[in-house]
Amino acid sequence: MRIRCPHCGERDRREFTWMGAALERPGGSWGEEMHAYVFLRENPAGPLAELWHHDPCGAMVRAVRDTRTHEMIEPGDAP
Amino acid sequence: MRYSAFQIAKQALGLGNGWQPVWREPDPKPAYDIVIIGGGGHGLATAYYLAKNHGLTNVAVLEKGYIGSGNIGRNTTMVRANYYLPGNSEFYSHSLKLWESMESELNYNVMHSQRGLINLFHSDGQRDAMARRGNAMRNQGDDAELLTKSQLRRMIPYLDYDQTRFPIHGGLLHRRGGTARHDAVAWGYARGADRRGVDLIQNCEVTGIDIEDGRVTGVQTTRGAIRAGKVAMIAAGRSGRVAELAGMRLPIESHVLQAYVTEGLKPAINHVISYGMGHFYICQSDKGGLVFGGDLDFYPSYAQRGNLPGVEQVMEAGMTLMPMIGRAKVLRQWGGVMDMSPDGSPIIDRTDVDGLYVNCGWNYGGFKAVPASGWATAHLMATGSPHETAARFRLNRFRDGVGVMDEEGKGAQHNLH
Repeated sequence: MRIRCPHCGERDRREFTWMGAALERPGGSWGEEMHAYVFLRENPAGPLAELWHHDPCGAMVRAVRDTRTHEMIEPGDAP
Repeated sequence: MRYSAFQIAKQALGLGNGWQPVWREPDPKPAYDIVIIGGGGHGLATAYYLAKNHGLTNVAVLEKGYIGSGNIGRNTTMVRANYYLPGNSEFYSHSLKLWESMESELNYNVMHSQRGLINLFHSDGQRDAMARRGNAMRNQGDDAELLTKSQLRRMIPYLDYDQTRFPIHGGLLHRRGGTARHDAVAWGYARGADRRGVDLIQNCEVTGIDIEDGRVTGVQTTRGAIRAGKVAMIAAGRSGRVAELAGMRLPIESHVLQAYVTEGLKPAINHVISYGMGHFYICQSDKGGLVFGGDLDFYPSYAQRGNLPGVEQVMEAGMTLMPMIGRAKVLRQWGGVMDMSPDGSPIIDRTDVDGLYVNCGWNYGGFKAVPASGWATAHLMATGSPHETAARFRLNRFRDGVGVMDEEGKGAQHNLH
């Protein structure tokens, strides 16, 4: 798996930490929407929009990866 | 057919031609009282205890593949009851007691081997934590012994005790912990359930869950529609996919966990050894292969295989702990799909849909839970109230924040366990 960092280009997966599914944070305080955002997951077998932290430079990368094959469909933002 | 030494002798005289298939292969009936989605260890145990403890035999277990094709046939076979928190503690204690009577109960050899499990500690702080855990285990009625470094060295001399990075200060020994033959557990429960009248239906994937007026009425499958009064979703790593059929989202992410087996070696490792610093654990199978594993890869995956960084991390941990295994050749490696919950503890509960139940969130510890999980799920479905050992495994604990069970103290958040 190789992921694209906007600052450093395409780098090895070892340099990245998976930060979770890329979800829209709801406004407001605790309630059904916030509960769903924090805990409930679609958990797809297929394309998953997700966040990767590039540990050396600190960039947060949004990528789309197929969870059945590990193929990077959208490997992150181009530099 | 009842298995016994006499039976083996009798069948030998018949040149082995008298052995019968262990379970029937029925076609699905149009309706059942209870349908269980998932023919893994937990689903089969649930079916068995529904029939045995509650007399409910109009039950079908629907399995997408074949019996034993999921995590029940793909794990590292540890059985233990060394949990600390209320909720987990009584549940796994109950489970271990069921393991200890499982072979006579099922009339099936599951090769349960209570060879002892040792959790190593590497600092004064960890020693205190282990002593506290050991006391919690003893309070629960299970066994635990705190071993000093010299006691441990007499038992297992081959560890690298005086390494500079993580020197070994001692270990917590759980003598009743050990291993079992994983496939045999699935086969034993399958045979027991089948003999009591449960239909085990293989190659039958559930493609829809029928809900009318907030009540479950049946399932759609690749082998036709089946009506049901109650339905249980017991799909481990696929739980999120199955729940979507009912329009639900679960607090579950499916992650990949890798495991490894070496070539067969002469007996060397007598216990299960768990190395806390590297999240590495190892035992030796009865065939002689060293069976070991470590952490998740830490990204969601249904691929049933991991990547090399995970392999590297586990191999490094193993070499740090016991350099003697460095020349053993790894024979095979595989990855399983783990249903990870935010707090690392499982869920056995009803859902917002009447008659629809869920059993999931076993993280990487589902194997040892199989008997108690089946017992508790059967109790919940038959009586309508949770079993006393599993009352805290609530689905809604993340919504209301009550009774979150974070055994590792990392925080109830996805991707931390």
